[in-house]
Amino acid sequence: MSPALRLTGLGCVRGGRALFTGIDLGLGPGDAVAVTGPNGAGKTSLLRVVAGLLPAQAGTVESEGRLAMAGEQAALDPERPLAKALHYWARIDGGGEAEVATALEAMGIAHLADVPVRMLSTGQRKRAVLARILAGGADIWLLDEPANGLDTASRERLEAAIAAHRAAGGIAMVATHQPVAMPGAVELPIGSAA
Amino acid sequence: MSALLDIAWRDLRRAIGGGAFWLPLVFFLLVATLFPFAIGPDPQLLTRVGGGALWTAALLAALLPVDRLVAPDVEAGVLDQYAVRGISEEAVAAAKIGAHWLAFGPPLMLAALPASALLALDGHALLRLEAGLALGTPGLAALALTVSALVSGQRGGSALAGLLLLPLAVPMLIFGAGALTGPERGGLYLLGAASLLLVAIAPFAAGAAIRAGRG
Repeated sequence: MSPALRLTGLGCVRGGRALFTGIDLGLGPGDAVAVTGPNGAGKTSLLRVVAGLLPAQAGTVESEGRLAMAGEQAALDPERPLAKALHYWARIDGGGEAEVATALEAMGIAHLADVPVRMLSTGQRKRAVLARILAGGADIWLLDEPANGLDTASRERLEAAIAAHRAAGGIAMVATHQPVAMPGAVELPIGSAA
Repeated sequence: MSALLDIAWRDLRRAIGGGAFWLPLVFFLLVATLFPFAIGPDPQLLTRVGGGALWTAALLAALLPVDRLVAPDVEAGVLDQYAVRGISEEAVAAAKIGAHWLAFGPPLMLAALPASALLALDGHALLRLEAGLALGTPGLAALALTVSALVSGQRGGSALAGLLLLPLAVPMLIFGAGALTGPERGGLYLLGAASLLLVAIAPFAAGAAIRAGRG
């Protein structure tokens, strides 16, 4: 089964205000979409609707394949060493220590494996969240501002990870107001500027 | 299924490692220690009221970990991550209830041994107390988790938690304390029924509360 993501006439109302309406999008294996828009336009809400965390007031979301979401919250136990915290999610995703080690290596934080999560800097934590996504091996990635707080080298690692994921037939949906190079990605501007 | 075991194991590990595990125990033993000071050392009087005092202490002890059961996981995005993986909120709540009971029920039953000695309970009352705690603590754990899920998004939620939890726990207090004396076992049966009802409802109520609290 190849992964697919289809949004039809999707609309979201938050606090009595329509954030976005009538979003249509069809993604197949290897596709990527960059969701852009000003602060408060509803980029995060769109990703949360796609992830099934928020109800869609209009339209439908259909997805085939396993979802993974990297949001604002790390969801890594602060008192645990990074590798152990990641291993928790890797186990639930059906992986193990090998997947965690590969993901840590890919994000360039293998040397932090034994450091408790609470000691990590903002950028390191962001990379740890991306490592969680990598280790999970999901088909559809939903990344919310993945490049926030990353230095240039880390952003290149992020771009390489997304490229490898797409090359393997995955789908990436990235909400960002920073440039993240995704060759051939669809741009989806939402909010007042659209 | 293995994901639910992982979830329960993580909760249990965090409860024991994070100190939330000791608080109800210390509180329970503290009440048992203070009570004889307050009402005097008369063994007959202590025997008569001690069991009821221990049940009240158990109820209040169940309230102590409420603010650590669900709210930290909501804030850290852990519950969102479960949902993205397609694990239902009800299943997560059930796993969390199991973990919370393991960290709360058996330790409380152990603490009831020294506590009953402090309050001069006889063997029959101790046996009834232990049986009652074995039946009642799953219900208390389920109730604590439901209330915890309900108030997880509220500021000052722990104050509200007491007002929500204690009235719902009153039947367990009545049946539990009522079963301590006398030869008949009706109180224990009713306690078991009340506890079972709470355990049956709690995953659905807590699951709905987690979903409703998602913003």
